Amino acid sequence: MFDYKKDFPILNQKIVYLDTAASAQKPLAVIDAMSDFIKHDYANIHRGIYDLSQRASDRYESARETVKKFINARNTDEVIFTHGGTESANLVAYSYGREFLREGDEVVITELEHHANIVPWQVLRKEKGIKLSVVPIDADGSIPIEKFKTAISDKTKIVSFAHVSNVLGTILPVKEITALAHAVGAVAVVDACQSVQHLPIDVQNTDADFLFFSGHKLYGPTGIGVLYVKRALLEKMPPYQTGGGMISSVSFDETLYAEAPLRFEAGTPPIIEAIGLQAAMNYVKNIGLDKIAAHEHSILKYADEKLSLIPGLKILSNAGKKSAIVSFVIENIHSHDAGTILNNYGVAVRAGHHCAQPLMDSLGVSSTVRASFGLYSAMEDVDALAAGIYEAKKIFGN
Amino acid sequence: MDNDLRELYQDVILDHGKSPRNFHAMANATNNALGHNPLCGDKIDLFLSIDKNNVIQDISFQGAGCAISMASASMMTEMLKGKTTDHAVKLFHAVHNMFTSSETDIKDCSVSEDDMDRLTALSGVKEFPIRVKCATLAWHTLDSALNNKKS
Repeated sequence: MFDYKKDFPILNQKIVYLDTAASAQKPLAVIDAMSDFIKHDYANIHRGIYDLSQRASDRYESARETVKKFINARNTDEVIFTHGGTESANLVAYSYGREFLREGDEVVITELEHHANIVPWQVLRKEKGIKLSVVPIDADGSIPIEKFKTAISDKTKIVSFAHVSNVLGTILPVKEITALAHAVGAVAVVDACQSVQHLPIDVQNTDADFLFFSGHKLYGPTGIGVLYVKRALLEKMPPYQTGGGMISSVSFDETLYAEAPLRFEAGTPPIIEAIGLQAAMNYVKNIGLDKIAAHEHSILKYADEKLSLIPGLKILSNAGKKSAIVSFVIENIHSHDAGTILNNYGVAVRAGHHCAQPLMDSLGVSSTVRASFGLYSAMEDVDALAAGIYEAKKIFGN
Repeated sequence: MDNDLRELYQDVILDHGKSPRNFHAMANATNNALGHNPLCGDKIDLFLSIDKNNVIQDISFQGAGCAISMASASMMTEMLKGKTTDHAVKLFHAVHNMFTSSETDIKDCSVSEDDMDRLTALSGVKEFPIRVKCATLAWHTLDSALNNKKS
């Protein structure tokens, strides 16, 4: 029996937590790892000549090694620790994009993107006169590979896309899209924020050039993210932020930068958070991502079936291949009213535009209710969700 | 259903939310403002026709949002039609205070009994702090519209 709820202390209270896509709850293993590290091994890293600092540095670098294995990177120094998924996305745009994009170049994104994979490119569009092309979705929320073929041209320099949509759960074929990008000499940037906790990531197999995600959606702490960059590209990229830790020598005349990845980790990095992320990855790996995916898939299937029976409820996430998210609207009930009523029954869902306003426009809605699942989700959670929706319908008289 | 939820979704709120009054654009508006809550996407486009004696001859709105924001806007238009802009400003401050402080005392702006009932209906939202912005959107839009004469 797949039951890991007991590993998550916060879920001991009376709550049906269906907002894992916004942030996942933390298992005791992560909480303890961070707490133990602070109690026994914490100091600033790469600075002190004393044992404690050395120990902390070793632990921090061992976390980088864990990430490397988790995403199957070729080299450990291809793994950069950032402060979150959004910072990772910004780093790609403002270091690589700003250095290599020229006027008239095209960046291809999709209609599914989170604002974090839209706005940095718009800044570069204004700054450098690049063109931003958007691959449209089909009515069911999927994007056939043919649409990427149409959008990608000789002018395309970057193809940046979500592995999994944060609103619809749609899974995009990373390997195929990356191959299309490479065929025209472009690089592929994969936003794995909604996939790393559900699907195995293999950057060598997919040949992605950049891949990023945040720690907190992977059952780890907030304040840390990862950016994977293929080594050949990494060596050419200028620093994104400057300061301590990212230099090899500084005089008032000239500064020499450190090698990657430290060149991209200015200032004191999220050390404790790296230890937490490492514990989260080990936790997930011990259970097995394939088992997690199978469990979440069964929950998702049950939710789709159960919710589609509710009159007036329309599920918007209908892609053939999708991850643990169900997004829906209810006739005559605004998503915020639904969210408030569900909350009253102890069910935590997200209601709103999910930082994807262009997608909302495309779907023809101003907001949706989103229920998202994690490894601790159970069938009873879906039952509670459905019961809450029936109550909302009762209150609104439909 | 618990009492707070019943207080929030009273019949009068649901009724106004479902069938908002004065819900249309206005061609000859003297004042207009667009209110937008970027966090939830609620939008209210508010129109006023104010005569030279500062009396609100007509008021209407269009927009999209949750039951609370629509009901609040709808009831606001009912409360302000035929009233002076001074009264509207007073009412705006009274409503603002009602939602942002623990005081529910709104008697010093000489509201009618009907208006008092409407405001009391809206006050249920105070138990749901995250939804207060839904209820106040129309009123903040009113504040901008009063300061935003159409040229």
